Amino acid sequence: MASVTIDGRSYDVEAGDNLLHACLSLGFDLPYFCWHPAMGSVGACRQCAVKVFRSPEDHKGRLVMACMTPATDGLHLSLDDPEARAFRASVIEWLMTNHPHDCPVCPEGGECHLQDMTVMTGHVHRRYRFRKRTFRNQYLGPFIAQEMNRCIACYRCVRFYRDYAGGQDFDVFASHRYVFFGRSADGVLENEFSGNLAEVCPTGVFTDKPLGREYARKWDMAGSPSICVHCGLGCNVTVNARAGRLRRLLNRYHHEINGYFLCDRGRFGYGFADQPERFRQPLRRGQPASRAETLEHLKDVLAKAKIIGIGSPRASLEANFALRQLVGPDRFHLGLAADQHRLVSLIIDVLQKGPAPAATLAEAEAADAVLVLGEDLPNTAPRLALALRQASRQKGFAIADRLEIPRWLDISVRDAVQEERSPIYIATADATRLDDVASGVYRLADGEVARLGFAVAQAVDGDGPRVPDASPDLAALAQVIALALCEAKRPLVVSGTGSASQAVVEAAANVAWALCHRGREARLSMVVPECDSLGLGLMGGGSLADAFQAVEAGAADTLIVLENDLYRRAERTAVEHCLDQLRHLVVLDHTPHRTAARAEVLLPAASFAEGDGTLVNNEGRAQRFFSVRPPPADIQESWRWLRDLAALRGDPSVTAWQRLDDVTAACAAALPVLAGITEAAPGADFRVDGAKIPRQPPRYSGRTAMHADQTIREPKPADDPDTPLSYSMEGSAVALPPSAIPYFWAPAWNSVQAVNKFQQEVGGLLRGGPPGVRLIHPGHPGRRSYLPEIPRPFTPRRGRWWIQPLHALFGSEELSRHSPPIAERLATPSLALPPTDAARLGLAEGALVELRLGSETLRLPVSLHPALAAGTGGLTAGLPETLGLPLPAWAEVRAVSETPP
Amino acid sequence: MTDTADTRPLTGAIPSDGSALGLAGYHRSGGYEGAAKALREMTPDGIRDEVTKAGLRGRGGAGFSTGRKWGFLPRQDGGQRYLVVNGDEMEPGTFKDRVLLEGNPHQLIEGMVISAFAIQASQAIIFLRGEYTLAAQRLAVALAEATDAGFVGGNLLGTGYDLEIQLHSSAGRYICGEETALLTSLEGKRAIPRAKPPFPQTSGLWGCPTVVNNVETLCNVPHIVRNGSAWYRSLSCGEDGGTKIYGVSGRVKRPGAWELPMGTTVREILEEHAGGMQDGYRLRGLLPGGASTEFLTADQLDVAMDFGSVEKAGSRLGTGTMIILDDRTCPVGMLLNLEHFFAQESCGWCTPCRDGLPWIERMLEAIENGEGRPEDLDLLAMHVDLLGPGKTFCALAPGAMEPLGSGLKHFRADFERHIAEGRCPWRQ
Repeated sequence: MASVTIDGRSYDVEAGDNLLHACLSLGFDLPYFCWHPAMGSVGACRQCAVKVFRSPEDHKGRLVMACMTPATDGLHLSLDDPEARAFRASVIEWLMTNHPHDCPVCPEGGECHLQDMTVMTGHVHRRYRFRKRTFRNQYLGPFIAQEMNRCIACYRCVRFYRDYAGGQDFDVFASHRYVFFGRSADGVLENEFSGNLAEVCPTGVFTDKPLGREYARKWDMAGSPSICVHCGLGCNVTVNARAGRLRRLLNRYHHEINGYFLCDRGRFGYGFADQPERFRQPLRRGQPASRAETLEHLKDVLAKAKIIGIGSPRASLEANFALRQLVGPDRFHLGLAADQHRLVSLIIDVLQKGPAPAATLAEAEAADAVLVLGEDLPNTAPRLALALRQASRQKGFAIADRLEIPRWLDISVRDAVQEERSPIYIATADATRLDDVASGVYRLADGEVARLGFAVAQAVDGDGPRVPDASPDLAALAQVIALALCEAKRPLVVSGTGSASQAVVEAAANVAWALCHRGREARLSMVVPECDSLGLGLMGGGSLADAFQAVEAGAADTLIVLENDLYRRAERTAVEHCLDQLRHLVVLDHTPHRTAARAEVLLPAASFAEGDGTLVNNEGRAQRFFSVRPPPADIQESWRWLRDLAALRGDPSVTAWQRLDDVTAACAAALPVLAGITEAAPGADFRVDGAKIPRQPPRYSGRTAMHADQTIREPKPADDPDTPLSYSMEGSAVALPPSAIPYFWAPAWNSVQAVNKFQQEVGGLLRGGPPGVRLIHPGHPGRRSYLPEIPRPFTPRRGRWWIQPLHALFGSEELSRHSPPIAERLATPSLALPPTDAARLGLAEGALVELRLGSETLRLPVSLHPALAAGTGGLTAGLPETLGLPLPAWAEVRAVSETPP
Repeated sequence: MTDTADTRPLTGAIPSDGSALGLAGYHRSGGYEGAAKALREMTPDGIRDEVTKAGLRGRGGAGFSTGRKWGFLPRQDGGQRYLVVNGDEMEPGTFKDRVLLEGNPHQLIEGMVISAFAIQASQAIIFLRGEYTLAAQRLAVALAEATDAGFVGGNLLGTGYDLEIQLHSSAGRYICGEETALLTSLEGKRAIPRAKPPFPQTSGLWGCPTVVNNVETLCNVPHIVRNGSAWYRSLSCGEDGGTKIYGVSGRVKRPGAWELPMGTTVREILEEHAGGMQDGYRLRGLLPGGASTEFLTADQLDVAMDFGSVEKAGSRLGTGTMIILDDRTCPVGMLLNLEHFFAQESCGWCTPCRDGLPWIERMLEAIENGEGRPEDLDLLAMHVDLLGPGKTFCALAPGAMEPLGSGLKHFRADFERHIAEGRCPWRQ
């Protein structure tokens, strides 16, 4: 610690911390632009000038940039010094010489860091009377709008996009007052984190394009604390809505998960909840039906039927539990594809009973050696890929430490470190967008990925199972990787369900356990595909095959499917065979799909936007998402529909459920492994100063006018019986529990950077700690015996290819496909083949092939993927053309045309 | 040694016909004797001590002790380290390094060999102003000759010391003359200065320990090593050692550059060597060391041109190449020209420089065009203060404020007249 004096008062701060971070963490309002808590100091904007004095007797002092100056014991500084204040006001005045002052028509207005800082410095009067510089703006794709005239050249965008996120197609061009931030030519921003530009930019240069299309001011939007539903990492998000429509999604700071950044699928995927095709009323055989007649019909059905239920990894624990209660635990099925079911169970077992704890994303970021087995992270768990990109800097931090360069001094750390990176080894089927930071990349069939992992585990700990028929190359490579992992202080092994290979996951577990057995603090990061995959796995239930078998055997004639498209989970023929035998198919969902199209009864379910519930992420953390708007007339949460069905059958325990807390509590009571979920967030009875937490900010306007086309009276705000939040602006929003913060806003801080005021220290934990509850207690002590099943070496086959699942950030995930901005970016189906294999078949890029895989025959164009191993190929999973294919699998490939049609 | 070589070690051997001194000629002038002595007879520390004792101060403008600059390198740990020559001579009015590069390229190479040995660098790079194409050609020839002769390359003079020298021609930005922006540019990145600390000696080119020295600075080193620090100090008539290449541009009879004892007075340079003002022109002021130094006035001609004396007189020696302001040139127009240059050459990294300099330029333009307002003078003065040392990221803007601040002081009446009359009095 260092004792510093700030404007005459003494404070303890961390020695060596930069003065800006220290001052902000102490609660001072010191303006800044170029500094960012996750990106460090570069000294460009000169906005955070303060005066430092050599001693109490030194009255002259000198101006320094707080962000560039380390705190030393005994330092005297002043924020209030007139010269420092004048300089800070001048910086704003300079920035304003070119800023267009178009706040009234700027989408950033009202939540603009530049506005906040301008007010903070006191600059009001413009003295520059000359022409401003102007730019031509660029088209940057469906996510981000650009208005370069507003630019204040803080360099945050380019530092985030290139240095932090590894993007290549964005840069700073030209020089002096004409510095331009954008692409070399108009075009879609390629990096999967481009949406963060809207939050990183301190003013209205880079803004959220979908918000701009249907715009509302920050103060006019209700907010809710929510959890991203587009992968298994559980990033915390804030959802904004007005007049019943979703307007945007913002990052919601979680110190241990997403920090300050989201991926583009998470940020722009919400549009599925407002798409025109969304289910908004009950359907009977595809035709609209009233709630009353639908329930009446179902009463008859339920009375006579032999029902089973299929749950969903994208539905809340409460919804799944409600179905489980309705049909009974032995008639409840998880609704996971067969391989995913096995893998999720395996992952839970590995995390629960193994010595290596699940890594938080913050821990992944701090890892100093990483082995990735079989997971294409930028496509399956993008935010984890971003964390590993930062992990690659750990070696650099060690270099900086040696040179006595503070880690926060980003500009100098990067100059000193150059291209030195921590060891990161990536073994996957195909190239990944994380390869550029890897020390070694290996393109292997999944079995070979597993064999490499097993060999590494054995090299780390000689007691591990020996890989049969290991080539000298494999052994040597395993030694290199093992050495790097053993030399690390915080080694991390990453794997998951992405390659659909049990052996790969087992190999990853063995590596992490071997490191633990050798006394290393190894962690495991296991990627799961959906927002509640792990929660559903913890809940447990029958497999999809069991469900099909029950129907086949006549043990069931009625199926209730919860928020799930079975065509994604099994081969089309198997699904249809099952559905054909049913007497009744009841589907609860919000988003159309093939299963829903076949439903006899479709019940319109709430999405994350109108419903609440608990999800469990890949590290086993239960987190609550809260609705941002009340469900419209006929829509209700799946658990409420299921309760209503139970009531039709007169099931008293379920019928008594009045609100979400009742379901959560029943679920926690019934399943000890989920006992912690009631603590994931405050319950509906939680009050702040006796009042609910308002979703609407205090300045929310137009309440009496918004519905003026229907009524001239102000409608009564909808009740929210399920959460401690209200659908109004009344209530108390101070000192909120971190899991229930509907918006970040603080006096003088109107932008997203108001989050500074909610953290224990800037960039640290939220006050009140990290939201959510870890259900899997990390790090089972003691030895765990190694998983011994090592696959045989991969051997290519004549005329057949081992087709592995590939993943597309935009396209493979079900819900985000329906969001308009993401629909512009969807992957198109093709068969990925290595160029040499394609050449042997006489196939050029784009040529048509016929692929026979299982019972399916597909016609697809070929795309050449130079990284794929000989004898292997790939299909992008989750596309309409590839749904339900049992990948990986051997397939026959036949040329239909040799050249593109 | 000839008389001229004794009093003008840097330029004495340069052929008068405009050609470059070749290897043979350089040998005849005692060339590479210093390198042989350094590599065979001296230790790296010994060379550094000699250079420190000689009182050699950096000739790029900042005037920092060369020996001490080398001394900031960390102890040799066997890792890569670099010597980088700053040949990006872009300071307006400055052409002293060009004389040395074009006339005697071997002298620089020998200086590099000795200096690189002194700092134990095995790689040296010459960062050359892009427009210096003749210098580039001559350096390339000289480097080939020196390599053939065994002064550059592997196992120099049989001592086991290796040194590779590369020549890099800049793409052309003033900021590349700033030593850290130069390094960043050499790495193929945008020419943005670096934060200091860490200094290049700790984390320089490619993150390795690096010394950046000016061309003229390094050209002094062979002579110091060959003749000793006492001899070198005796060349000077001031506190700092050696000779200095002084230059004069503007309305003088004989603009040019001359090697003279360090500490020669402004008057001697101006009147004896530059031949005095052209007929019909009167001296109003001069920038003693390039565009980013403060004006000296006609009553300061007896100031000795060494680092300490010029500073005492309220300016900086800078590059030692003066720009003369005469009475038939508008001082506002001159400053507009200079500030246009600085605004144009700002790298765009920090706010005061990027957005302050163009504002200054526009105010000067308005004043020069008769559209100035009285409050512009206050705003200009405010900028002089706020773009001062320590407030901007690097020294470019503070340098740009030196002529402006002193110009506002010395020529205030001219500014006021522009504003009062709504025109430039120097224009017809």
